Amino acid sequence: MDRLLTLPPVPSPADGTHPLQPRIDARAAAALMTADGVSNLSRRGFLGFGAGALVLGALLPAMPARAQAASATASAAAVKPGSRVPAFLVIGRDNGVTLLSPFVEGGQGISTGMAQIVGEELDVDPRRFTVECAPPGPDYAVINGLRMTGGSFSTRSSYPLMRRLGATARDMMIRAAAATMAVEPQSLSTEDGFVVHAASGRRLSYGELAPAALALPPRDDVALRDPAVFRYIRQPMARLDVRAKSTGKAVYAIDQKLDGMLYAAVQHAPNQGTEPTAIANKAEAAAMPGVHSVHTLPGAVAVAADSWWRARKAVEALSVSWSAPAATGLDTVAADYASDGLLAALKASTEAGIPAETAGDAATAVAGAAKVIEAEYQAPYLAHGQLEPPSSMARFNPDGTLELWAPNQMPELFQSVAAQAAGLSPDKVILHSPMLGGFFGRHFLYGSSNPFLQAIQLAKATGRPVKVLWSREEEFRMDALRPLSYTRFRAAIGADGRPTAIQARTVGEGPLGRWFGAVFKDPVDSSAVEGITEKPYAIPNRAMEYVKVPHPVTIAFWRSVGHSMNDFFYEGFLDEIADAGGQDPYALRMELLKDKPRHRKLLETVATMSGGWKRGPYEVDGTRRARGISMASPFGSETATIAEVSVRNGETQVHTVWVAFDPGSIVNPAIVRSQVESAVALGLSATLFEELVYKDGVRQSHNFDDYPILSRSSMPTVHVEIVESGAPMGGVGEPGLPGVPPAVVNAVAALTGRRIRSLPLAKTRIEV
Amino acid sequence: MTTIHVNGRAYQVAVDADTPLLWVLRDTLGLTGTKYGCGIAQCGACTVMIDGTATRSCQVPVESVGSADIRTIDAIEEDPVGRRVVDAWVAAQVPQCGYCQSGQVMAATALLKQTPKPTDTDIADAMTNLCRCGTYNRIAAAIRQAAG
Ligand code: FES
Ligand code: FES
Repeated sequence: MDRLLTLPPVPSPADGTHPLQPRIDARAAAALMTADGVSNLSRRGFLGFGAGALVLGALLPAMPARAQAASATASAAAVKPGSRVPAFLVIGRDNGVTLLSPFVEGGQGISTGMAQIVGEELDVDPRRFTVECAPPGPDYAVINGLRMTGGSFSTRSSYPLMRRLGATARDMMIRAAAATMAVEPQSLSTEDGFVVHAASGRRLSYGELAPAALALPPRDDVALRDPAVFRYIRQPMARLDVRAKSTGKAVYAIDQKLDGMLYAAVQHAPNQGTEPTAIANKAEAAAMPGVHSVHTLPGAVAVAADSWWRARKAVEALSVSWSAPAATGLDTVAADYASDGLLAALKASTEAGIPAETAGDAATAVAGAAKVIEAEYQAPYLAHGQLEPPSSMARFNPDGTLELWAPNQMPELFQSVAAQAAGLSPDKVILHSPMLGGFFGRHFLYGSSNPFLQAIQLAKATGRPVKVLWSREEEFRMDALRPLSYTRFRAAIGADGRPTAIQARTVGEGPLGRWFGAVFKDPVDSSAVEGITEKPYAIPNRAMEYVKVPHPVTIAFWRSVGHSMNDFFYEGFLDEIADAGGQDPYALRMELLKDKPRHRKLLETVATMSGGWKRGPYEVDGTRRARGISMASPFGSETATIAEVSVRNGETQVHTVWVAFDPGSIVNPAIVRSQVESAVALGLSATLFEELVYKDGVRQSHNFDDYPILSRSSMPTVHVEIVESGAPMGGVGEPGLPGVPPAVVNAVAALTGRRIRSLPLAKTRIEV
Repeated sequence: MTTIHVNGRAYQVAVDADTPLLWVLRDTLGLTGTKYGCGIAQCGACTVMIDGTATRSCQVPVESVGSADIRTIDAIEEDPVGRRVVDAWVAAQVPQCGYCQSGQVMAATALLKQTPKPTDTDIADAMTNLCRCGTYNRIAAAIRQAAG
């Protein structure tokens, strides 16, 4: 994922000199997804998709209505993201501040963080901010010329730019006040939403000044506040959305309703990629109470009714014949497709690997080693399991526009795809990006795994506004999955017990290559190997290779992406290296990080947090326990993790997890802490319980009863310590996760002598 | 027509008798604070109080509720215990995505109404709703705080 920050530059002569000029412009971002990227849809000609067309064909989406005044002269193509204040700030006469944020809030606290950053420089208390997700528009392409919420990019990518935005707006307030008061700007200061003339005691509110101030040309050389006198940034400020979310008042996509709206429920093909060929009882279903109409969609059937419950009952009563799945390949999931079969194919692959990371001469080191160890690690398909099931609402307005409410992590891309689906230009699609009831990577564009195209088609077919909601069962059928993954390792261990070489062969496919392949032509998909490559340890000879074997199923970004399994693989194997060399795993890591003070500090911190490193086993309250340690370097941040476990009735109990977390620098320590706690919980859920299995071409889990996720009874105590090393700001939402699976599995090995190389642990009965 | 009593008001609703209470609340009455997560009594997102007992409304056919007193998250702050729970939720900064929290707050309120000073075991037994964001420890801390 980090590759998004290092996209190759696309020079843009008009803007090339601005210090904040992103390295690519929106036109480059426009090519991010080809028609192949939404393969299932385009291949079926869904709603008039043309095969081969660029899905994100529109170069620059429409300006948001609120920002249009600002763009009267500037052509959209010349917009520097983050530079036009009125596109971001609406200040009412009551002095209330609304921030139109480039990012969608889904629990990660980004709205509060943005208010802190902008408020700090604007000089408005963030508690007085209302934060909304901005409409599509070029102003918001603040991640290197691209707009998305994901990859733990939001804060670190936009921090300088959003600070500058706040400072620029404050300067405009001061200049407008100077004109009104007929004084020199230098004689003015600001005070939480007011411009103050100290000499005369006069004060003007930002709200009074806004109409004149926001019409001024922005200066691009305003001074930023000295971090030494920050009042809001780095403070553990309360989240802005917490009371609404504690009283049922927060509004999610699923909660929205339009006048005259129909509710729609769907039944998808049992084998993904097959099509409905006949509905035997269509007339009976159409006659069921409240039913408006029965529809055939690509890969699905749908019922529109006057309530969702009636729509669901009717759609589930449909007796549908489906086309036969293709024998194999990427168009459909074959009738005999199985996770086991794919894993066997990954293991059996003999294709030469492409080097993903090479140092020294690993082959020679292995050939001459005193001792060589090998191991195979694997991790299953995972569902996102965000608690809000996907829904979307569409309405064709009398003025010819399409209005769409759709959960998404990339508004301009969704707008553009919706426009093509509806046969409209993007500026005729008004997209609302609602607050997300969890996402973890669920709401990127994943072909048939998003419901919004169904909403568009049903609104068109019925001539009414339509809300499509997927039942939890349909979501388990259609969710895009964290890919099943496999890596084989070999290590050479010297006579002194230290590793001299490591080799890894990773076979599979990552979501970056699948969905952003048009941009990332690198044959090594970083999202498939991250966490196996770029580890900090001083092992002199390294040969990490990648073999691409595509999955026939829809794969996804899932919280911490490749790190979600690869750090488990690598850090588990590193403990095997330590054991084989007779080394303590903590001591070996310290030794291999001799020249890495940032990492050593984290190891020392997590050891101290946990009362000093001890591996065990030892006794606590009559149970035998042990600890495992791991490190990870995800999304520009660094983590060291220790887990303490015991075993009861063949099952792993995790008592405590300690995480030392270094994201370089932070905006809100309370939110950082919550995010790490949350990532630990999800990582533990994957470690202990989660596995989505394909058998006979269909998924074997249908709801939370047969896809168990972490519940309260399995939640450990979590201790988080933030270390601000001052390194460049890293991500926060995902990095707490990857250290958890290996820390737990290493602890289980310390306790039982048994090395688990395949998740989840629930598959294996563990004996002490 | 069925009459149901929600948050102290009587509502006449024209729905099929087998419609789960959850969907009557959400789609018929527009009380969308109560959430749909699984529909099979696994997640607790749909928790409401029926005569003071935390109940998963996705499993309650509307015909079965009769004249029972239904309380939902939408009116939680009208209840003194509910208000204490909400304040504790805010103080402990419990919610992340927030989607499960309507159900969590209802389950916690029902617990504290029945057991004003719950033990850790009481909390563990009563608080079985799922949270994909993993806010479980803060939920427990907030309940202890609300219990005083
Ligand atoms: S929706 Fe009722 S328990 Fe999940
Ligand atoms: S806060 Fe997101 S599911 Fe609980």
